[in-house]
Amino acid sequence: MSEHDTPKKPPRPVDPVDASRPEKPIQNPDYQKQPMERRVFLGRLGAAAGILGTAGYLSLAPEQWPLSMKDRTGLLSKPSVKPIRLNDFRVPKPVNQNADVGIGRGGTPDQMLRKALDAVGGLKHYIQPGDIVLVKPNVAFDRSPALGATSQPALIEALIKLILVDCRAQEVRVCDNPIESPPDCFMKTGLRKATEKAGGRVYLPDPNAFRQLNTPGATLIEEWAFFHRPFTNVDKVIGVAPVKDHNLCHASMGVKNWYGLLGGRRNQFHQDIHEIVSDLSIMIRPTLTILDGTKVLMENGPTGGDPSNVVTRDVVMASLDPVAQDAWAFQNLLDRDPDQLPEYLHKCEEKGGGQVDFEGRLKEIT
Amino acid sequence: MNSSDGTPGSQPQPKLKMFPPPVRKKLRLTNVRIVSQIFFFGAFLVLCWLTWTTRLAGYPVSRILEMDPLVMISTMLSTGYVYRYLGWGLLVLGLTLLAGRVFCNWICPYGTLHQFVGWIFNIHKTKDNFERNRYRDMYFFKYAVLTVMLIMAAMGALQIGLLDPICLMYRTVATVVAPMFDMSIDAMPGIDPLWIDELKFAPGVPSRIFVGSFWIGLFMLVLLGANVFIPRFFCRVLCPLGALLGAVSRFSLVRINRDVHKCTDCNMCLHRCEGAADPQAQVRVSECFSCMNCIDDCPEDALSFTMVGLDRKQVKLLPDVSKRRMFFASIVGALGYPFLKIHGTNTDANFSPDLIRPPGSVAEPEFLEKCIKCDQCINSCPTNVLQPATWAEGGLEGLWTPVMNFNIAHCQLKCTLCSEVCPTGAIRKITVDEKMGKGEYQEQGPIVLGTAFFDKGRCLPHAMDIPCVVCEEVCPVSPKAIQTHDEEVKNVFNEVVVLNKPFMVPDLCIGCGICQAECPVRDDRAVYVTAVGESRSSERSLLLKSRAKEG
Repeated sequence: MSEHDTPKKPPRPVDPVDASRPEKPIQNPDYQKQPMERRVFLGRLGAAAGILGTAGYLSLAPEQWPLSMKDRTGLLSKPSVKPIRLNDFRVPKPVNQNADVGIGRGGTPDQMLRKALDAVGGLKHYIQPGDIVLVKPNVAFDRSPALGATSQPALIEALIKLILVDCRAQEVRVCDNPIESPPDCFMKTGLRKATEKAGGRVYLPDPNAFRQLNTPGATLIEEWAFFHRPFTNVDKVIGVAPVKDHNLCHASMGVKNWYGLLGGRRNQFHQDIHEIVSDLSIMIRPTLTILDGTKVLMENGPTGGDPSNVVTRDVVMASLDPVAQDAWAFQNLLDRDPDQLPEYLHKCEEKGGGQVDFEGRLKEIT
Repeated sequence: MNSSDGTPGSQPQPKLKMFPPPVRKKLRLTNVRIVSQIFFFGAFLVLCWLTWTTRLAGYPVSRILEMDPLVMISTMLSTGYVYRYLGWGLLVLGLTLLAGRVFCNWICPYGTLHQFVGWIFNIHKTKDNFERNRYRDMYFFKYAVLTVMLIMAAMGALQIGLLDPICLMYRTVATVVAPMFDMSIDAMPGIDPLWIDELKFAPGVPSRIFVGSFWIGLFMLVLLGANVFIPRFFCRVLCPLGALLGAVSRFSLVRINRDVHKCTDCNMCLHRCEGAADPQAQVRVSECFSCMNCIDDCPEDALSFTMVGLDRKQVKLLPDVSKRRMFFASIVGALGYPFLKIHGTNTDANFSPDLIRPPGSVAEPEFLEKCIKCDQCINSCPTNVLQPATWAEGGLEGLWTPVMNFNIAHCQLKCTLCSEVCPTGAIRKITVDEKMGKGEYQEQGPIVLGTAFFDKGRCLPHAMDIPCVVCEEVCPVSPKAIQTHDEEVKNVFNEVVVLNKPFMVPDLCIGCGICQAECPVRDDRAVYVTAVGESRSSERSLLLKSRAKEG
């Protein structure tokens, strides 16, 4: 296009500041001088000075001065995760009742469970209507329930129904962090089906589900990754553990069950297994611990794998003191010598997790 | 608009004729095609998503792989039979015999992806698009690829999975897209609803990782990026499945026909021609994707998808490949087989100790004849132990085939999902009883993946007098393959410790790798599984006879 074809540009709007000045011819008609107002200039200058001054103060002021961000040692940049604490979920036992450990014998798993719970005062005493209850079974491996390596689905189903129907709880959550693939373990052990049938909800250990837990008094896990998501707003916690042989610590029962809530590098703990299990007894204070003695894994534990390793008994236990309960189960369900009681139970007692001596604290309903 | 500038006499300008002219009908063939493409693309992703241990409930999750006729034909050439559901490939083959390469632009999810990417990034003017969509000589190359692949398959080296679009896409989704999606959900800070975990491809487990998936992702990215320079680059130049369907489509009953009496040679049909099939001249039936765009774009309504018009002058039925080129491709194929084999990293004499195949795998030579590298097994694995093999484990030939990496996880005892979903039988369908050697398989014993060994210089009880034996605890067989002898020793600090020193019973070991996965010596594990002793091949066995069976 030639220059002549270009339509003339409309005149630019006249700035009020410029209008007051005499018009001077300037070379480039497109160029318009637009000086900054004093007020704007001062404002911008002030803002720049303010930002620079604040930054200078924050970074250069001595550390004891207020708001100083000076970090001579580099410690300010040290990552810190605020750990959480767990509530104490225990409920005082009813008056007129001395037993800490209830043993139910005979009948279906449901009947045995009711007997065991009645022996410690009935589940209704421990769970109020509207509670959110967490049930922690042992789902560590992808074995069928008959192999005794995991909690029995029949018992879990009966327990969840008791909690939801009899005690009118608001919600029941079931969670575990198994060694093998979690969704698979919950499926193959039948626990997902049992839970969902009874109206509970399974929580799986997704990467988001862990937080650092602070346990005062624990030696190995004072701060440790903990499967926290299902514990959000929980009122009561019930552990349901199978009774299993364990080569390293001799027996895996009610206290060892809480191992399944740990995350992180937990395979290091085998270097001091008794210490970690006793830590577990003070990490969490459950409302009740239920021991499932219907299928006892007598040898080749804790994985099992062969039906010949399993002995069928008709015992379900419920207790306020998991240590005493484990001690009883060690002698009477695993048929072991009481002198060889696992060291961790004594350590639990030292740390205040419970008492090994169960004499006179038992109540048996058959 | 500007009425105040004082030109009352100006008439409203007549609207310029839009070019290309707009097509106003709603129920067009192209719209139906888009619906079909969205459906199959969605179905593909849903099937990938369904391939997870809690969701598998008899769904035919590998069906879209089994419908791939190239998988059927190439595995038939390499093995001599059609495995399980691979006969479904006849469906697509039959469809092509009826209507040409409709698979490419109506069904193929990879084609859909390429078309979508090409459409999004197409910044060219209409006139340039005419030129970009003309047939080019290089488009013969896919027929060469097909010839090379099929000849190699017939000789016993199945490499079809590298470029077969369905395998390629499955592999990329399984090892790159799905874990990326999951990990980005896991990484969302502060968002904690449970339902969002259910959206993940693999809920309830730690974020999955896949060794070497970078290269798989890059491969995909490069092919997608090529769309910017040549539209549908992969489909037009590389796709061996497209080449197969192109060769078959000469028999198709219906195709694009041009009415030369109506045609004004405006070339508008080239505007969005996906296959570069020259609809403005002699329609190349073998190149046409039946995308129907040309019918839409034709202002004279000269093009139709019909049976009529069998005038030989109007169409090119056969692919434009010279005999000389095909001969050369055959030579390349015949040489390609020994070229792959002499690389020699995967023979019975010299194989990687890390080449541990999933349970149910057939012996390695047959495995390589069957595996199409679709990585559907990897997608189904609930523990993340299955990984696409890198150069180091699989060699040239076994690249991206499934191997087990026990540093990442272990093979779950009662799981046979990989054998369930394998479309070609590289991992034969097995039952849990067969895997564990129970019931009717008592005689035969369990399927052994490898054998565990101890590195006593790194093992805590053996080398450092520190109690440990995680390996013994997690060993899943009964009786345990890792056993202990208890020893009371005084350590260097004069403390008396009871050590359960582990030792291996190779007769009992099934090579599941849980000992290696759980070993606390995290970098170079003190107990590790190598491939020797695997039960799928007598060439790679270890023990003469199992002492356990006799006892």
